[in-house]
Amino acid sequence: MSAVTLNPNANQIGIERSPGLWALAWKRLMADRVAVVSFVIVIFFLLLSLAAFFGFVAKDWNREIAVNYAPPTLFKDSHKPSSDTKAGAVDLGPAVDGAAAKPEFINDRDPLRDTINELKQKLGQSTGAAVDSGIKIVDPLADVLVELRKQLGRTGDGAAKVVDEKRLESLPFGADKWGRDVLAKVIQGSETSILVGFSAALVATILGTILGALAGYYGGKTDDLLNWFYSIFSSIPYILLVLAIAAVLKQKGVVTVVLILGLTGWTSIFRLVRAEYLKHKARDYVRAANAIGASHMRRMFVHIFPNISHVVLVQLSLHVVLFIKSEVILSFLGFGVPVDVVSWGSMLNESQNELILGYWWQLAAATAFMAVLVTAFSLFTDALRDALDPKLK
Amino acid sequence: MMAYIVRRLWQILPTMAGVILLIFLLFNVVGGDPAYLLAGKISNPEQIANIRKQLGIDEPYWVQLWIFVKQVVTFDFGSSWSTNEVVSNIFATRLPASLIIGIPLLALDTAITVAIALGVAYVRGSFTDRAAMITCTVAQSVSILVYIIIFQYVLAYKFGWFPVQGWGNGLFENLFKFAALPILIGLVVSLAPNIRLYRTFILDEVNQDYVRTARAKGLSENRVMFVHVLRNASIPIITNLMIQLPGLLVGLFLIERFFSVPGIGREVILAVERSDFPVIKAITVYVALATMLANLAADLMYKAVDPRVELK
Repeated sequence: MSAVTLNPNANQIGIERSPGLWALAWKRLMADRVAVVSFVIVIFFLLLSLAAFFGFVAKDWNREIAVNYAPPTLFKDSHKPSSDTKAGAVDLGPAVDGAAAKPEFINDRDPLRDTINELKQKLGQSTGAAVDSGIKIVDPLADVLVELRKQLGRTGDGAAKVVDEKRLESLPFGADKWGRDVLAKVIQGSETSILVGFSAALVATILGTILGALAGYYGGKTDDLLNWFYSIFSSIPYILLVLAIAAVLKQKGVVTVVLILGLTGWTSIFRLVRAEYLKHKARDYVRAANAIGASHMRRMFVHIFPNISHVVLVQLSLHVVLFIKSEVILSFLGFGVPVDVVSWGSMLNESQNELILGYWWQLAAATAFMAVLVTAFSLFTDALRDALDPKLK
Repeated sequence: MMAYIVRRLWQILPTMAGVILLIFLLFNVVGGDPAYLLAGKISNPEQIANIRKQLGIDEPYWVQLWIFVKQVVTFDFGSSWSTNEVVSNIFATRLPASLIIGIPLLALDTAITVAIALGVAYVRGSFTDRAAMITCTVAQSVSILVYIIIFQYVLAYKFGWFPVQGWGNGLFENLFKFAALPILIGLVVSLAPNIRLYRTFILDEVNQDYVRTARAKGLSENRVMFVHVLRNASIPIITNLMIQLPGLLVGLFLIERFFSVPGIGREVILAVERSDFPVIKAITVYVALATMLANLAADLMYKAVDPRVELK
């Protein structure tokens, strides 16, 4: 630490404390413009997800307030449904297989196009037949349905039960298959993904820190045992281990995802913390603590831990990003959050099919939210590491 | 050298034992009784007892563990619960597809990434460097899922440059027709993190004294960067490559799933979806073994690259 300086503002008599590691790091962090901007973005996302958690925003994301696939008004000209898709094909929803029922969707390169054309010819219809006849191929009730749809207007599948409720024709960010607001949905999804990312990172960090501290501090048999443990977990590729555990634990839930990610992702933190404890345990201040009779636990967590906590903090922040990405993949595959919980991963899963029908806004919303948060968080982590370790540069 | 290899192989044993134990605990103890799952909806107690007997799960745990160890050693995991395909056969038939995508991907990725990282590190601190790093950070923050969805939609479905999905029979057809887009996507996804990583490895070297000496001798910049710096930076690069190698088998699972490529990764996902424990167990154990062997190979390659490395 730097030499004692006299501070004219000090109202206490005596020696002014020189700024500590955290104060210096904070100053360095605030001097970095990129870090400040990304910090603000991260804080904004955290507040947003907290607000969603306590129900201040996006509480009724589940309400079907608009027509299904209502287009986004903020990007008006970008979605121009061709006149023939508008006629009614859109409203068929998931009931009919898209490619088979709607001639206009038969892609030139559809591997099944020959079969489809052949089938159509057998039925005495040409490929370019109108939408109505397209429906007839698969659905004997098509005429009735078309009639009903005409009466109801363009309202879609769930129309029957909410006939009298007025549904919006368009929303700023569009609507999903059931007419739910994509903006509210993506905010709710952010809450899930961020919550899972943070909790899992916390679990992994605590586990890795405690095990690493024990291994590095005690050494010997404890170290051997924990290293064995570490080598087991690190020899199985992370995502494979996660999938294996997901296969075994059949109950889905946010807590399950947190545990899966947290209990498998501690290995790199363990290695780093162990190395730090190895380095620190022989230092003079720890031996001094021993001399005044501090217990092992006290030396480990009261004396040494504050001196390595910057390593842990950077790891925590790195793992939040990692786990948010993993949660998205797990939920996409259907091994993550349950069906009634929305997350970025489950939104991406829905948007995969929507894109082929031309509804891109759910994909765009989930991607944009995730990309902004993860970019900001990664930049912030980099800045944090630089600020906490000035020697690095 | 030989003694070192033998000693390292010997050290694999306890870790492998741990992996087997972990998988056993996970699937046989935590996983619970799969008999109901297998018997289906209509089952009577006799059937269930019968299935339990077949699987050996009516035995005490230590007998079950012994059965599992025997399975691992003899490469005989029986047959898949859902398709009845022999597990070793699954390995043999799915592995080629994963490798056809994985090996060209890894080779292209390494060549391109090292070249870009060298270039970016050479102009470090410049606008190009900063722009490249910000691009990488942003590119990295977009989920791999989004890349796959958009590339598949735009390049395959809209433009028709590639088949949307599928897999053929001949090696040539697979490599140049069906594997092309998966390889391209894998490349786009892995470029950003790897360029960042390799750039830091190279930056660790460019300020060393030997670089100054090489320049002082009047060597060309190309020679300094590609021969002197690259050779020294190659140790962490090799480590990174070797770490990626076993992950290749399962790491591409999302791509394999989207493109219906019959590879190991897709098999893992299908197995998890169907609770097909024998398949997951077998893949996990052998991929873990492959990881350990890859680590050993990495250590041996250090010695080949840098004669100063002492193998202890």
